[in-house]
Amino acid sequence: MIGLEHYLTLAAMLFVLSIAGIIVNRRNLILILMCIELMLLAVNFNFIAFSRYLGDETGQIFVFFILTVAAAEAAIGLAILVVLFRNKRSIAVQELNSLKG
Amino acid sequence: MYNYYLTIVLAPLAAAIIAGLAGKKIGRAGAHWVTIVGVGTACLLSMLVLKNLFWGGAEAENISVYTWAVTDGLRMEVGFLVDRLTALMMCVVTFVSLMVHIYTIGYMREDPGYQRFFSYISLFTFAMLMLVMSNNFLQLFFGWEAVGLVSYLLIGFWFKKETAIFANLKAFLVNRVGDFGFLLGIAGVVMFTGSLDYATVFGQAESIAGQNIEVLQGTPWNAMTVICILLFIGAMGKSAQAPLHVWLPDSMEGPTPISALIHAATMVTAGIFMVARMSPLFELSTTALGFVIVIGSITAFFMGLLGIIQNDIKRVVAYSTLSQLGYMTVALGASAYSAAIFHLMTHAFFKALLFLAAGSVIIAMHHEQDIRKMGGIKKYMPITYWTSLVGSLALIGFPGSSGFFSKDLLIEAVRDSHWQGQGAVYWIAYLSVLLGVFITALYTFRMFFLVFHGEERMDAKTKSHLHEPSAVVTVPLILLAIPSAIIGWFTVGPVLFGDYFGDAIFVSESKDIIGHMAHAWHGSLALLTHSVRTPVFWLATCGVIAAWFLYLKRPDIPEMIKTRLSGIYNVLDRKYYFDDLWIKGFAGGGRAIGQFLWKKGDQMIIDDILVNGTARTVVRLAGFVRQIQTGYLYTYAFAMIIGLTALLGWLIWLR
Repeated sequence: MIGLEHYLTLAAMLFVLSIAGIIVNRRNLILILMCIELMLLAVNFNFIAFSRYLGDETGQIFVFFILTVAAAEAAIGLAILVVLFRNKRSIAVQELNSLKG
Repeated sequence: MYNYYLTIVLAPLAAAIIAGLAGKKIGRAGAHWVTIVGVGTACLLSMLVLKNLFWGGAEAENISVYTWAVTDGLRMEVGFLVDRLTALMMCVVTFVSLMVHIYTIGYMREDPGYQRFFSYISLFTFAMLMLVMSNNFLQLFFGWEAVGLVSYLLIGFWFKKETAIFANLKAFLVNRVGDFGFLLGIAGVVMFTGSLDYATVFGQAESIAGQNIEVLQGTPWNAMTVICILLFIGAMGKSAQAPLHVWLPDSMEGPTPISALIHAATMVTAGIFMVARMSPLFELSTTALGFVIVIGSITAFFMGLLGIIQNDIKRVVAYSTLSQLGYMTVALGASAYSAAIFHLMTHAFFKALLFLAAGSVIIAMHHEQDIRKMGGIKKYMPITYWTSLVGSLALIGFPGSSGFFSKDLLIEAVRDSHWQGQGAVYWIAYLSVLLGVFITALYTFRMFFLVFHGEERMDAKTKSHLHEPSAVVTVPLILLAIPSAIIGWFTVGPVLFGDYFGDAIFVSESKDIIGHMAHAWHGSLALLTHSVRTPVFWLATCGVIAAWFLYLKRPDIPEMIKTRLSGIYNVLDRKYYFDDLWIKGFAGGGRAIGQFLWKKGDQMIIDDILVNGTARTVVRLAGFVRQIQTGYLYTYAFAMIIGLTALLGWLIWLR
């Protein structure tokens, strides 16, 4: 029987994976955007799992909202990325260090 | 009389303002006319006031003119106390001032600052009148500071001359030392009586004398002694008593008319006047009077000695002023206030005369002041010669001259004061004023002979221009020579022994030397015939003969003495090292402390360590912290995660 803890474990694994993706990845900015999406999805997993577990549909409504926001965010993120590429001719994370002190 | 008083004070002030602010518009002649009219009015009215008080039998008046401020029960007022002491001072001040105004027309003829000069001396007259006519301590202090200010402005009148600037700063600073004491004295008076008004304060004098003050914890001092000594420190500054005398000789850097007016006749006697005015306070403290007499005798004797070796004509007269001020102070200390004021009056006339005569010589010599380069001027400048002779004779106390009456009786008063059994101090004072007579005669006639007699040591060019200056110079000389010669004759009786001062000067029963001397008083003529039997006369004669022998007959002897006794000569030449003490010791020490505080305290600790140090620390810290800022996205993300984890961890486990 697949219980709540399995879902939570899966969500946590996805979340940690996406964090690792953000930190470890040094070349591609798109990958970071994807990792952020993955993080949101991991959160969504939790919402759905708890919704089901507690028998409260509010969590699932939330997931819809989050997906919508995630889509908008991805669009904006990609737009920024395109502008960045135009300016820098590169989307390698290693080369984006203008904030260096 | 109220309007008289206001006019006396305000006429010179108005003249000063007109000459000072509208000097360009009214021109040179306008400037001297307006100020002479102003001071002349004041002089005339002062004499009327004196006449009313003395012959008209008018009562002394104490009028409050204007209340400036009232705080916490302390009334600060402008007011006039006009009694016979004040009236005498007013006449002396305005008369000498008028003479100096007239004289200045000749002396400053070619000076570009003509109007400014007239404005200043008129302003001085105003300030001095405010000082002497005051009926409260605040106005006294105002006048005191105002005359100091004008003195500063006038010493530095030629403000492009380095030495003049140095001298006026020195005068100002040394006077501040005295004024500090003076201010503390006034503060003490207010502390014990809660009033600035003379009448109130004098009325409570007994109660002050009964109290103690603890300046240092555990050592109670008599309040009256402390107050009187502090007030006298003010007088020491203004009246140039040792060790605060150093500014007076240097003040000779100013134009000669102001040397005569401010630094001989009037301002420097303000201290003497003040002590006489405060006689109800000083009488109650024998200790303070002892202090006064010691300072006075030191000044009278030692400053006179310095006059012997000076070569600048004005400085000789300046040291003689110091010495004579010392005489007056000794008289004050011996409770012979009226003798001091009497000497002040005669001294004002003959010392102003001597200064103006010196100025006349200086004009004729084209601003050469070294007496070694003069000599034999007698035949070129007869009026100056004869008036100087009158002044010099009065200064040494030649029988019959005004100085004779004042000085002879002053010395007698000091001699007699010892019978009160007040110790050796009075004997020393007597000895120093007595020896001072010899020294006075020596330096006065040394200067006189070197300037007017003997061989002509000036160069040919100067000699060809040598002649008597115009009437504006000689007329004041003559007008001053008359009182110098004769005023003693008919004033000595009433002023000293005729109870002239009445209530203006208070002398306690047991110390009333002048009252005691009055029993032996048989008129001026008797004193004159008696004079040949006094040591004073013989000492003065010896001094004149010594001066004649040493400086005319055998000029090689002083040279020989100078080389033989070079040690003593050096001490005298360096003025007992007082200048070094003040300039190198106090001023230099002050500057060294200032330098130290500036370099170490301000520059090193505050600027460097505190201000720049803070900035440097921030820079260093930031330099370390910025290493963390790599600029890479993943670093920030990592930091965020760590932070989040820490926060969550804290929320879950630790809270």
